[in-house]
Amino acid sequence: MSPRGRLIVFLLGGAGFAVLFVLGTVHLPDFGGTWHPYGERTVSNAVARHTPNVISSINFDQRAFDTLGEELILMASALAAVVVLRGVRAEQEETAGAHEYGPAEVFDALRITGYLLLPITLVAGVYIVAHGSLSPGGGFQGGIVLGSAIHLVYLAGDYPALARIRPIPVFESGEAVAAGAFVLLALAAAGQVTAMNAAVGAEVGCAVVLVLAKFFEQALLVRTSS
Amino acid sequence: MSHLAYLIPGWILLVGVYGIVTSRNLVHAVVCLSVAQSATYVLLLVIGYRRHATAPVFSDIKPTGDVVDPIVQALTLTDIVVGATVTALLLALTVQVAKRRGTVDPDRLRSLEP
Amino acid sequence: MILQIAVGLPFLVATLLAGTGRWLPRVAVDALATLTVAVLIVLLSLVLASGGTTVWLGGWREGVGIPLVASPLTLGLTLTIAVVALAALIVSWRYFAEVQAIFHALMLLFTGAMCAFVLTEDLFDAFVFFELMSVVAYALTGYKSEEPDTVHGALNFGIVNSLGAYFTLSGIALVYARTGQLGFAAIGKSLREDDALVTLAFALICTGFLVKAAAVPFHFWLADAHAVAPTPVCMLFSGVMVELGVFGVLRTYVLSFSRAIPAADVRTALLVFGSAAALLGGVMCVLQRHIKRLLAYSTISHVGLLLVGVGLLDEAALSGAATYFLGHVGVKAALFSGAGLLLNRYETVDEHDLHGRGRSMPVTGTIFLLGGLGLAGLPPYGTWAGKAVMEEAGGVWLTALAVVASALTAGAVLRVWLRVFLGAGPSRSDSGDHEEAETRFKLSRLPWTMVAPGVVLVLGGLLLGLLPGHVIGRAVASYAHLEGPVPTPWTPAGVLSGLLAVAFAFGVAVLGLRGYAPRVALLHRLHSGHIGDYVAWLMAGVTVFGLLLIAR
Repeated sequence: MSPRGRLIVFLLGGAGFAVLFVLGTVHLPDFGGTWHPYGERTVSNAVARHTPNVISSINFDQRAFDTLGEELILMASALAAVVVLRGVRAEQEETAGAHEYGPAEVFDALRITGYLLLPITLVAGVYIVAHGSLSPGGGFQGGIVLGSAIHLVYLAGDYPALARIRPIPVFESGEAVAAGAFVLLALAAAGQVTAMNAAVGAEVGCAVVLVLAKFFEQALLVRTSS
Repeated sequence: MSHLAYLIPGWILLVGVYGIVTSRNLVHAVVCLSVAQSATYVLLLVIGYRRHATAPVFSDIKPTGDVVDPIVQALTLTDIVVGATVTALLLALTVQVAKRRGTVDPDRLRSLEP
Repeated sequence: MILQIAVGLPFLVATLLAGTGRWLPRVAVDALATLTVAVLIVLLSLVLASGGTTVWLGGWREGVGIPLVASPLTLGLTLTIAVVALAALIVSWRYFAEVQAIFHALMLLFTGAMCAFVLTEDLFDAFVFFELMSVVAYALTGYKSEEPDTVHGALNFGIVNSLGAYFTLSGIALVYARTGQLGFAAIGKSLREDDALVTLAFALICTGFLVKAAAVPFHFWLADAHAVAPTPVCMLFSGVMVELGVFGVLRTYVLSFSRAIPAADVRTALLVFGSAAALLGGVMCVLQRHIKRLLAYSTISHVGLLLVGVGLLDEAALSGAATYFLGHVGVKAALFSGAGLLLNRYETVDEHDLHGRGRSMPVTGTIFLLGGLGLAGLPPYGTWAGKAVMEEAGGVWLTALAVVASALTAGAVLRVWLRVFLGAGPSRSDSGDHEEAETRFKLSRLPWTMVAPGVVLVLGGLLLGLLPGHVIGRAVASYAHLEGPVPTPWTPAGVLSGLLAVAFAFGVAVLGLRGYAPRVALLHRLHSGHIGDYVAWLMAGVTVFGLLLIAR
């Protein structure tokens, strides 16, 4: 179809959808209303189970099966992204010459800041994961923080060091083991919020590191000589 | 007028879909897809809002019923992380398309029908 | 407890394979995956034998927790899924010369996700496992990422299906706002009035499911994905994944919206979309020369018929639709395994390139012949039995639609059989694309593990029509209460329409051999592979579905 034909079809569909959407949402309860029965039930359940963070209670206790599904989506996408991007070795052989990822030339101030921030961020990430049942946070959020934290090494200019501290097979296995632990916890022992947070945090962290690792390999591959 | 808040997610969704329809770059299309996804988050959170209520975390306050709906927050939270990894997968596929076909312009990719 | 183990087992073994697979030998990985699915079949059968059960996960009761409902219908579906998965895994033993354990992990995740989607009776939970099923499907489609068409097809698949899922999530949010519940049964109790919000929510929720079911105009992704996915994966896609979209629509309506939206409105919308898919799929099928793409369009057509049968929202038609689904599973999965055998031996699935070369593969040829007759609806195939019952419930127009659609699709398959396996028709000199074989070596003799599953499946589909009707009738009773005797397909009208469809199919096949093909360049231009086109049609489709629901 021509771009104009495509646009016309979309405009007709979009206009119709907009009309239906407006007509439908008029009948929604008032914005900011007080009628949330399911929410109120979960709040009282969370309080009864001594989990101050109601959202964590929902995710890991009352509706743990949902979170299991989401976990597995995460694992599947991360592993799939790794598999889809797997051609790098063959490409390295195809283009002649040596390849390396060199450290970048950066200001000393940047390098020192990065190295100083790294342990602080890691500890913050572990804190967010561990206190997921008590205060805002949890495995998903903390896992992202952990996964991104080690990339401060790259931001400080030293990609080869990053590549050394995150061997891909270890993180693949780590991710899978954490996901397996979560499957067992969710189906057999739902309610162990702290343990589940830890499993999720490990899994999300490993997934983020893995995916970024493969993308880095694609983007930063440098041919040094020909 | 309070229902204006519900129209915003609809608008975001249309913007995202418009972006995909008129896209000239597959990376742009994948990012527009995540824009469309964020419309669902906004819709969920707008539905869960309660006026003059606080966050459903009782680490520093006494347990009370006057909190926003935690269910939609839980749904949105897991969806965000999942959305990020699915976007990663689609971008990985886009990278491979760029390498194998030499272009990321949907107009220049030939049809899959022989 | 057995149900939880059954649901969790594929997931657990998938994580095991993902974590340790790179150090295990290929034999161990194959064995572990196959054994897991076999154990799953045993566990599900045990639950079925005990009459089914309902499990509230985590011990949380109604109103808070998530239930898994194992009824005869859902257990029948999950057993079908597991059996096809087993067949696909057996085919993949010798099919791939070299494959990483991640493939098996993804297949197990796929199987587990589909089973969980069927068993759960919570709307958001169903959405989550629907998403899991979809994401793993994108990954499996794009598995051979060295091929340019593969990643392009997987990307189209990924974007269109994800967008559909986001529409579904929007609908779920709106339902939650209205009812404050997320369980199917709980929502059904609360939804009473039929206003614009309920209609909008239903239309949005069905969008994601209809995209998966490849109803027209949401169908563009299916042919792209099937053409490039590995053969064992296509068996699962066409056999069960696409049909789960239809099940999603049925379950959502029957359990949640049936007291709010009158059946007549929903019937109109589903019949229009299903008929469009049946006809368009049939026409596109005849136009193809790439065998896997041809089979993909035949899936669109047959699932369109399934959607029509389910959309009648009638007790008799539903039991017919269930039989039709089971017959189609056997036939379609077998046809895809046959296509895979051709691809492996000759490195191409272009019909014209393969002219006459199938003469040395008699078993594969038989699979194609039996499969084609099954698609046409020859008695006593399961497809025939289901169609006959649906036709009786739907009337003359449905009979005409079914005969035309199956004649077109079966005609295309029979044309392939005649041209490739009997060498009929003129040979053309222009050649199609050379495809890289999915196995990197050519097997001199096809191993029985690659042929047997196809043979068993197609024979199963063939004999299904002999099954006494009340077995399936009782299973669907939880969704549609059958009063009176179960309709039987062995009526004069039923047998006649089946034979008529077969005769027309042979006619279409012979015409196709002679080179008669409708010159519809417009259709080819529409199926352009351009993601913007697909998404524009998706938007238009949502609007049309919504309008059909409102129209009285």
